[in-house]
Amino acid sequence: MIKVSKFNLLSVLLLLLGSVLFSTNGQAAIDTFEFDNAQQEKTFHELTKLLRCPKCQNQNIADSNAELAKDLRNKTYDLVKQGQSKEQVVDYMVARFGNFVRYDPPVTPATIFLWLGPLLFIIFGLLVLFKQIKKQRSKTTHLDDQEQQKLQALLQKHVKDTHS
Amino acid sequence: MLNKRRVLTLLIPFIIFITGAVFLATPLLKGSDPSKLDSALIGQAIPEFTLQDIYDENKQYDASILKGQKMLLNVWATWCPTCYAEHTYLNKLAQQGFYIVGMNYKDDRKKAIRWLKDLNDPYKISLFDKSGLLGLDLGVYGAPETFLIDSQGIIQYRHVGDLNEQVWNDKLLAIYEAMQ
Repeated sequence: MIKVSKFNLLSVLLLLLGSVLFSTNGQAAIDTFEFDNAQQEKTFHELTKLLRCPKCQNQNIADSNAELAKDLRNKTYDLVKQGQSKEQVVDYMVARFGNFVRYDPPVTPATIFLWLGPLLFIIFGLLVLFKQIKKQRSKTTHLDDQEQQKLQALLQKHVKDTHS
Repeated sequence: MLNKRRVLTLLIPFIIFITGAVFLATPLLKGSDPSKLDSALIGQAIPEFTLQDIYDENKQYDASILKGQKMLLNVWATWCPTCYAEHTYLNKLAQQGFYIVGMNYKDDRKKAIRWLKDLNDPYKISLFDKSGLLGLDLGVYGAPETFLIDSQGIIQYRHVGDLNEQVWNDKLLAIYEAMQ
């Protein structure tokens, strides 16, 4: 129980701090959303980080100040508040703006290379490596018949020379 | 034989380089703009809506007005400079007999009406989407946007940005002609 009250105190302090910041910032673009529970809030924040603003190329809708990003934040809020799940909200946005709005693209024929590309690259590299190693090994160990005869002759000569 | 294979092997990095270069250069040379997105609604019916007429608050329209003949749906606003630029061309298309429906997007009604009076009104019907509700359902992410809709009310194409003679003749007209 003590823990809970501590937690409450902390949140009150944070709220106070927040209100001070907000009032000094005046017109800063901070939307205030109220949620029924912590889970909803978490879902909302995850979604606004995950969803990409179609107008601004490379910003999520949490970061962007574009009019459209604001609209999408509001819509996301409405949908979350209605109790829709993360997937439902993402589906809603994808149905309207396409996969462009997702920062984690799904695996489709067009994007499969993003996953397979690096793997293929590694496999290709390993194949080349093994081939090289094999080649070098066979080069150092194998002598053809002529070379073998030459070697034997040399060895015999050497033996003879040392013994005489 | 062995030599030939060796040459081929040595060519592999070069081939990979050329493939990559072509892959990267194509969009650059074609001048494709990454900010222009394909609509997610192509091949789908116009979403349901209820919107007021821009001139008359008491007049309401629904999705059934975007059916029955092929047409253009133009999304515009007075806060959008490009819309001003393309308006003259829209008037020209309207004069040529193309059926154009306008959707005024997140705008001020008075300003919009003044705009249409000053610059001429190319629209057969003018929808007033103050809150951007239909805009959101259509995946509108900026103005102007122009949708090509067939007689079944199915969206066949979306053009993002300025609609001008070049764009119309090079791209949209062919799609429009091919529509049912």
